[in-house]
Amino acid sequence: MFGLFSQIGTVIVMNIRSLPQRLWMSLAAVLAVSVVVAVLLSFLSMSNGFASTLDGTGSDSVAIVTRSGSQSELNSVISRDSVNIVSTAPGIATTTDGQPFYSAELYVVVDGIKKSSGTEVNIPMRGISRTGFELRDKVEIVEGRVFEPGTNELIVGQGVLGQFDGFDLGQEVTFGKTRWSVVGVFSTGGSAFESELWADARMVQDLFNRGNSFQTMRIRLAEPGNVDGIREMIENDPRLILDVDTESDYFATQGEALQGIVFFGWGISIVMGLGALAGALNTMYTSVASRSAEIATLRAIGFSNLSAFFGTLSESILLSLVGGVVGALVSYLFMDGLTTATMGPGFTQVVFTFELSPALFQNGIMLALLIGLVGGFFPAWRAARLPVITAFQKAT
Amino acid sequence: MSVLFELKNVVKGFVKGKEKISIFEDLNMTIEEGDFVAIMGPSGSGKTTLLNMLGGVDQPTGGEVWFDGERIDSLSEGNLAKWRANNVGFIFQFYNLMPMLNAARNVELPLLLTKLSGKQRKKNVETALTLVELADRAKHMPSEMSGGQQQRVAIARAIVSDPKLLLCDEPTGDLDRATADEILRMLQLLNQKFNKTIVMVTHDPAAAKYAKRTIHLDKGEFVEEELVA
Repeated sequence: MFGLFSQIGTVIVMNIRSLPQRLWMSLAAVLAVSVVVAVLLSFLSMSNGFASTLDGTGSDSVAIVTRSGSQSELNSVISRDSVNIVSTAPGIATTTDGQPFYSAELYVVVDGIKKSSGTEVNIPMRGISRTGFELRDKVEIVEGRVFEPGTNELIVGQGVLGQFDGFDLGQEVTFGKTRWSVVGVFSTGGSAFESELWADARMVQDLFNRGNSFQTMRIRLAEPGNVDGIREMIENDPRLILDVDTESDYFATQGEALQGIVFFGWGISIVMGLGALAGALNTMYTSVASRSAEIATLRAIGFSNLSAFFGTLSESILLSLVGGVVGALVSYLFMDGLTTATMGPGFTQVVFTFELSPALFQNGIMLALLIGLVGGFFPAWRAARLPVITAFQKAT
Repeated sequence: MSVLFELKNVVKGFVKGKEKISIFEDLNMTIEEGDFVAIMGPSGSGKTTLLNMLGGVDQPTGGEVWFDGERIDSLSEGNLAKWRANNVGFIFQFYNLMPMLNAARNVELPLLLTKLSGKQRKKNVETALTLVELADRAKHMPSEMSGGQQQRVAIARAIVSDPKLLLCDEPTGDLDRATADEILRMLQLLNQKFNKTIVMVTHDPAAAKYAKRTIHLDKGEFVEEELVA
């Protein structure tokens, strides 16, 4: 067994040392694999970043009530009456002055200009009350101040500032016939709320002609994760055509729609991977052909065909591994931490950051190794079956 | 002297398209231990095929090949590789050195198939290179050596594991006369002083004179055998 390892080691060393003889072809194989891995990781880091943003948005301590069957906050409607009834449900935490701890919120769409493309996009604007601030754990005013209730003032999430034009502190913005002043910038710890504009709920109701209705109701739970009391009340009261869930479950469900990005990323990477595989096969067949006399000579000396097989396979895997690492590094350098905005599940823009996690890096390397393994297997098989007589053929 | 090789009723042929081509129909020969045999003949006479069968890199389609009391024509590919590693040293016309390994590493290759320690391998490599007068070139790459020096490295590689048999396929075919004579004298020394059995295929009558006997092949048959004084 030791002899076999030393044989394989020798063949690997010889193959690697002879790489400069096939420099361009080897580089092409490395490049092809690196492009595949970079593309895959770009998609996956985008999906990962998006999912993280939505995951970070939801809290287990907060329940969200929406109209039954509504697929997003945008197409949900809840009347004031419903809000009042639900606020008496069991399991709702109370504020310091003994009132039910909830926030009835509006969620409307306004126009914004995306900095990167200059195109007009939908930005969510949330009508919120003071309780809405208190209900969310990580809200922080990082610049300016909070809007004054009853005025046309708004505050913008940090994500909005980076991705969209016209929302700088002190600026005036016009939505339809209404004008608003930007008086503050807020942070929510990187969640999807940072992609929103916040203003006084009553002002949003008035200026967007929403009467006395809301889109959602957020409730601080007395016991985190337990919405049973609220759900039971909703189910037993025929006036309430509503759904309730914890905020974390709600956003997790919304994030599942983003699985399409993952499937698309894998799909396009597999198609490109087939191209890289063809490149790897070509490189390795050329490698075997150019070293046929050497392989046959080693076999004549007494080296086993396994050493020829594993030596060739190792070369292919090594090239693919280099390609995989290069692709992952490129993806890391250019994608990781990149902030962008895209259409979220509510047909509004969600600002998120690409996240290249170790698990994704591992996926990229595994794909590269798979290309190397399959791309090297058949040439390695040929190397192992190369007739020993080839060593003599140049001489005859 | 004991018989090292014995070929009994060897048949060898191959199929090319729809045509069956016969190289040997009933070949019989013996080679004794310590012999130095030159095999000559025109192209297509079967001399390289014979050498390949003796070296276990090609199998006869019929008959038997015996080496030192062991029948080798029926060994599996893996066992033949082991048999070659233990018993045969090959010397090729174009040296067949590994271009990416220096002289010492090239010579060491057959020893990687043994259980010798690294230290022992190094010692044996030095001995073999000293024998071919290239100890001072151990670290040189093949591309840094002349044809004659490369062939001497190939000889060192062939003898480093101390095989009984050396098979040489046109070992001087790529060398000038003076260098060829130098290589042939070295083979003669290995035969006479170290009792290596050598079978050498050659086109060169001058090279054949270094052997103890010359076998002439034509169309797969021995047509003449001459002993060299």
